[in-house]
Amino acid sequence: MRTVIVVGGSAAGLAAVQSLRREGYGERILVIGAEPHPPYDRPPLSKGFIANNLPFEHIRLGEQALLDELGAEWLVPARACELDLERRMLRLEADDRLRFDGLVVATGVSPLAFPGPSPHGVYTLRGLDDAEALRTALASAPRVAVIGTGVLGMEFAATARKIGLDVTVIGNAPHPLARQFPAAIGELLAARHREAGVILRLNAPVAGFEETSGHVSGVRLADGEVIPAELALVAIGSKPNVDWLRSSGLPIGDGILCDARCRAAPGVYAAGDVASWWHSGYGARLRIEHRMNATEQAGTAVKNLLGATEDFRPIPFMWSDQHDVKLQSYGVFPASGEMEIEGDMASGRFVALCHHQGRVVGALGWNAAKTLRQSRMRLAEAMEDIRLDEPTLTFA
Amino acid sequence: MRVIIEQAKCCGAGQCVLAAPDIFDQREDDGIVILLQENPSEESRADVLQAIKVCPALAIRLEG
Repeated sequence: MRTVIVVGGSAAGLAAVQSLRREGYGERILVIGAEPHPPYDRPPLSKGFIANNLPFEHIRLGEQALLDELGAEWLVPARACELDLERRMLRLEADDRLRFDGLVVATGVSPLAFPGPSPHGVYTLRGLDDAEALRTALASAPRVAVIGTGVLGMEFAATARKIGLDVTVIGNAPHPLARQFPAAIGELLAARHREAGVILRLNAPVAGFEETSGHVSGVRLADGEVIPAELALVAIGSKPNVDWLRSSGLPIGDGILCDARCRAAPGVYAAGDVASWWHSGYGARLRIEHRMNATEQAGTAVKNLLGATEDFRPIPFMWSDQHDVKLQSYGVFPASGEMEIEGDMASGRFVALCHHQGRVVGALGWNAAKTLRQSRMRLAEAMEDIRLDEPTLTFA
Repeated sequence: MRVIIEQAKCCGAGQCVLAAPDIFDQREDDGIVILLQENPSEESRADVLQAIKVCPALAIRLEG
């Protein structure tokens, strides 16, 4: 191969470049990145970057010297808008055409917007520019409303509360992280947020926004009640960035549909948030929007691009920091799974195991990172023996 | 060979401990990395390189 193109200049894209060099690929690498910034770490954006006013250098992935050493050409900011599989050609929005021998797609996801018009003061959070805008706007917004009770929404709520703002979280679900974990965990988390002074409005669908002179003044619930707020964050999920591939003939569903080796077509691989692949361990299709997966999946995808035949079968891992709680989890948490608590839930430190079909399939640590890691071994053993209830899973 | 960690960048994923348990450990509650051996023997090089590779925060470096 003379040219490998990596579309996406974030965590998975950078990991792909690093893996290419580690695996001994010495020819040309082109990276197409939509953002103008060098690669950076997204998880701190909803937490320390805002709460502690961190400088960009702190969240940067790799110093300039590391990037220079990798010897890739970074075309940023630039967007790919068309893929011609037959001619192995990529077209950019600027109308440049680039030929490749191998392609890694790591275009990530975009946040879902709230349906209907949004006044000024309504934000989503995905990139550095979003986080910087939010950081500035929070300085003049005493009341903050967060729509969505997933990981991002709850982390941002904790951050806004930490800097002393009045925060209300509004969501359809009965408890936070309802898609991720069993109710007992979500309820404990809700209690911790309330203790910290966050107001939670659960089971509360949002109808729209109230505005004054074009700026948001509140969030209107379906029952007509208005939650006053000068700033609202919409954190209701995201969608894979695949629209530019629709004419390419690549299999597209909830993400780019890859085989067990992260391959979407001959010479074309996907990694990170955008990749949906067949997890041969669980016997299910997975797409994971978590940081660790971006690094791991890019590594395997690149090895396979260079000729290996390795299935990608990680134990899913995620973490979330909210107030003084450090949550981490390994594995899967099927809706029908049963929880077993190791330790005392009230003590502020425990591990919760999820049992499914007679095996431990998921483990969650609540301020217990080290103990949790020790229970990881059991999950690898169980992987082969279980059937998931859902044939397709998204971890976000 | 000298291992350098940046605790301020560490996110507590514990991947380094899985890769090189003789070199790295984690604090119990938040999982932040603890360096057990700053100058490990040459035998550990492959494990340390694996830890560097899987660290999501790129918080580990190797000199020499």
